[in-house]
Amino acid sequence: MLTFLAYFTVGVFVAGFLWKISVYARTPAPLLIPTTPAPVTRGGVVWRLFREVAFFESLFKADKFLWIAGYLFHAALALVLIRHIRYFCDPLPAIFAHYQIVGILAGIAMVGALGLLLARRFLIDRVRHISSVADHLFLWLLMGIGGTGLVMDFFLRPDIIAIKRAMTTLWTSPSASLSMASPGDVVFIIHILMVAVLLVVFPFSKLMHLGGIFFSPTRNQVDNPREKRHINPWYAD
Amino acid sequence: MADAHEVPEIHDDIETPALQPGSMGHLAPYPAVEKHMVPLNFPAARVPDWEKRGVEKLGEMLKKYRSLQVYMDICVKCGACADKCHYFLGTGDPNNMPVKRAELMRSVYRRYFTPAGRMFPGLVNAKDFDEEMLKQWFTYYHQCSQCRRCSVFCPYGIDTAEITMAAREIMDAIGVGHKYTTEIVAKVHDIGNNLGIPKPALSGTLQFLEDDMLENTGHEIKLPLDQEGAEVLLVAPSADFFSEPHIQSLMGYAKVFHQAGISYTISSYASEAANFGMFIGSYEQKKKISKRIAEQARALKVKRIVVGECGHAWRVAYSFWNTLNGPFDFLDNRYPVPQHICEFTHDLIGRGALTFDKEANDAYVVTMHDSCNVARASRMGPNPGGQFTIPRDLIRATCNHFVDMDEDTIFEKTLCCGGGGGLLTDELMDLRVKGTMPRVTALKKVMAEHKVNFLALICAICKAQFNKMLPMYGIPMDTVGGVHQLVSNAILLGKNKGIV
Repeated sequence: MLTFLAYFTVGVFVAGFLWKISVYARTPAPLLIPTTPAPVTRGGVVWRLFREVAFFESLFKADKFLWIAGYLFHAALALVLIRHIRYFCDPLPAIFAHYQIVGILAGIAMVGALGLLLARRFLIDRVRHISSVADHLFLWLLMGIGGTGLVMDFFLRPDIIAIKRAMTTLWTSPSASLSMASPGDVVFIIHILMVAVLLVVFPFSKLMHLGGIFFSPTRNQVDNPREKRHINPWYAD
Repeated sequence: MADAHEVPEIHDDIETPALQPGSMGHLAPYPAVEKHMVPLNFPAARVPDWEKRGVEKLGEMLKKYRSLQVYMDICVKCGACADKCHYFLGTGDPNNMPVKRAELMRSVYRRYFTPAGRMFPGLVNAKDFDEEMLKQWFTYYHQCSQCRRCSVFCPYGIDTAEITMAAREIMDAIGVGHKYTTEIVAKVHDIGNNLGIPKPALSGTLQFLEDDMLENTGHEIKLPLDQEGAEVLLVAPSADFFSEPHIQSLMGYAKVFHQAGISYTISSYASEAANFGMFIGSYEQKKKISKRIAEQARALKVKRIVVGECGHAWRVAYSFWNTLNGPFDFLDNRYPVPQHICEFTHDLIGRGALTFDKEANDAYVVTMHDSCNVARASRMGPNPGGQFTIPRDLIRATCNHFVDMDEDTIFEKTLCCGGGGGLLTDELMDLRVKGTMPRVTALKKVMAEHKVNFLALICAICKAQFNKMLPMYGIPMDTVGGVHQLVSNAILLGKNKGIV
C-alpha cells in the first residue's frame, strides 16, 4: 500500500511536472516581449532569472510585507526540505547532526509565514476579493503539513526508526509499511497523506509557478530585437 | 460626452482606493459593425456558435503564444499587481486589478482546459464562456491600456497586455469587435494613416509648415514628401501632421535634419508609425500594417529608417519589425534599424552637429513623462535604460530647468496617460479621466514643489490624451508637449551646419 502510494504520487508529480514543462518549452514565442529595461545578453538573462528566483526581485519592488512573508515561507520550506534528507539517506552525513536546530526553527518560521499569507487573504480587501476556495485550501494544506511536522517534533513523536526503515526500503519492498502503534505514528500518516495530495495536484495547479517562471517571456528573453532577428516559427514568409 | 463623467479629486499622494465592485461595469466601448469588421477579415457580426468558436480560438492561441499558456497557469494570486494599475487606482473597480482582469480569461481557461476546472469548477473558480462572461470580457478587456506596469511588479512577470491582446483577438474572431480600433486599422489599409489624411492634404500641410518655419526662422527648412533616394525615411505618427502639440515636434524633427544636413523624406503611402494591429492583438494586422513601411523603404531607396515620437509605434518598430518584415539588410547597417528620432538627435549632438540656445526654453520648468511602451517594451541606444536617459539628455541639452517626478511614477514604474491601448475614444472618456488621475497626482506635486509648467513626452497618444485631460484637472493645455518641441525651440540654425 505504502509502496503503491509512493509510486503513484511521485509518478504523477514527476510525469505531470515534466509534461507541463514540455508544453511550455514547445509552445512558440512569436515575438520578443521582455519587460524592459532588460538584459541585452544571454548571461544577463541568467542573472535576471537568478535574482528573480533567489531574491524575488520583482515582488520586492511591489510589496514589502508580501515579500517578507513570501520569502520567509519559501526560504524556510527549502531549509525544511533539506532537513528531510535525513529520513531518506543512510548512512547519514555527519553534518546533519548539527542541522536539526536549523530545520526545526525553519519549520516554525514556515508555519508562521503561512499564517501571515493566510491573514492577508482575510484582512486585505483586494486580496480577499481575488482569493478562491482553492487559494485558501493550498495555504491550509501547507499549514497542515508544516503543523503536523511540528507536532511530531514537539509533542507526539512517531517511531522514527521504523519510519526511516520504511522510507529507505519503500522503493524496493512492496511490503514496506508504517506502524500505527502510537498517536505520533497516526500524525505521521496524516502528514504523509497531505504531502501526497500536494504532490498529485502540484502539476495541475498554480504551484507550477515553480517551473513556469523560467519560461516567462517577459523575464527570460534577451532584449536584442534589432541586433538579432527573432524568428516566429508559425509565421514564415 | 464631456459632461458624462466626474473628475476625481487630486490628493497629495497616489492612494489605493477601497474596492467598488462593478463601478465601471457600465462602460464598454462602441461595438464594431460590419463595415469595420469585414475589411480586417473578421466575421461581420457575432457568429451563431460563438461560445464554441471562442473556446476553440482560445485553445489555438494557447498553442501559439507561450506567454498566454504560461500566464494562464502560474498566477498564484498574491495580489502584488492589484494596486499597480492606473485604472484600478482611478476607479476602484476590482475587475481593473490586473489579477482580476486576467482571471476573466483564466476562469474560462480552467473550465475548458484543466482537469480541476472540468471536475470542480466551483472550487477553482472555473466558469463557462457565456453571455455574461463575454460582456465582462468586452467591458474590461477594453479598460486595459496594455501598459505593462503590472508585469514589472509580478514575481513571474505575468504581462496583462498579452492577455488583453489575446482576449481582443478571440473576440474579433467571433465577430465581437471594437469600433474605434478596427475602424482605424481599415483606414491605414485604405489611405495609409490612422487619421485618413490623403496625399494632397498631407502635401498641403507640409507646404504650409515649411512656409511657417521660413517665416519664423528665416531658414528654408524642408518637409520632403515621397522623395526617392533620400538618406532617411522618417515615419511619424500621423497626428504629428495635424494635431497640436504634435506638430511642434514634427517641426523639431525637420530642423534637426536640416541642421545636420541629412536628406530625408516622409512617405505618403507609409505616413503612419502607429500600428493598431498591436492593440487588437492581431499578428497578421501588425505585420500587414508595418509592411507598408518596409516596402516604402525599398521603393524610396533610403538607407535608414527613423521613427517619430510615438510610444506603441516604437515598441512595434523596435521589438517587432525585424521579426515581422525583416531582415532589413538593404539598409545601412552602421545605424540601428529602426532608429528612434531621439536616438538620431542624441547621436548628432554627440557628434557636435547641433548646438542649442537653452535660454529659448527658459520659460519652462520641464518634467518628463515616460510613455509605457517606450519605457517597458523597448530600448534606445546600446544600453538597457537608454529609453529613459536619452530623451532626458535631449531635454537637458535644450533646457536649463528640468526636474523628475516621484521615482515610483517614472522609468519602468511610469504611469500610463490613461488613453493608450486603443482606448483613446470619446465613449470611454469616463475611464480616461479616472485613469489619468495617478499621473496627474504626480505631476501636480512637481508643479507645486518645483513650479513645473511643461510635461515633455514622446508619444502621440499621450499628447492627445493629456491635451484633453489636463484642462479638466485645472492644468493649462499647453503644458503638454513633445521632447522635439523643446529641441525645436532651442536649436540654433545656420551655424556649424552638417556633421563634423
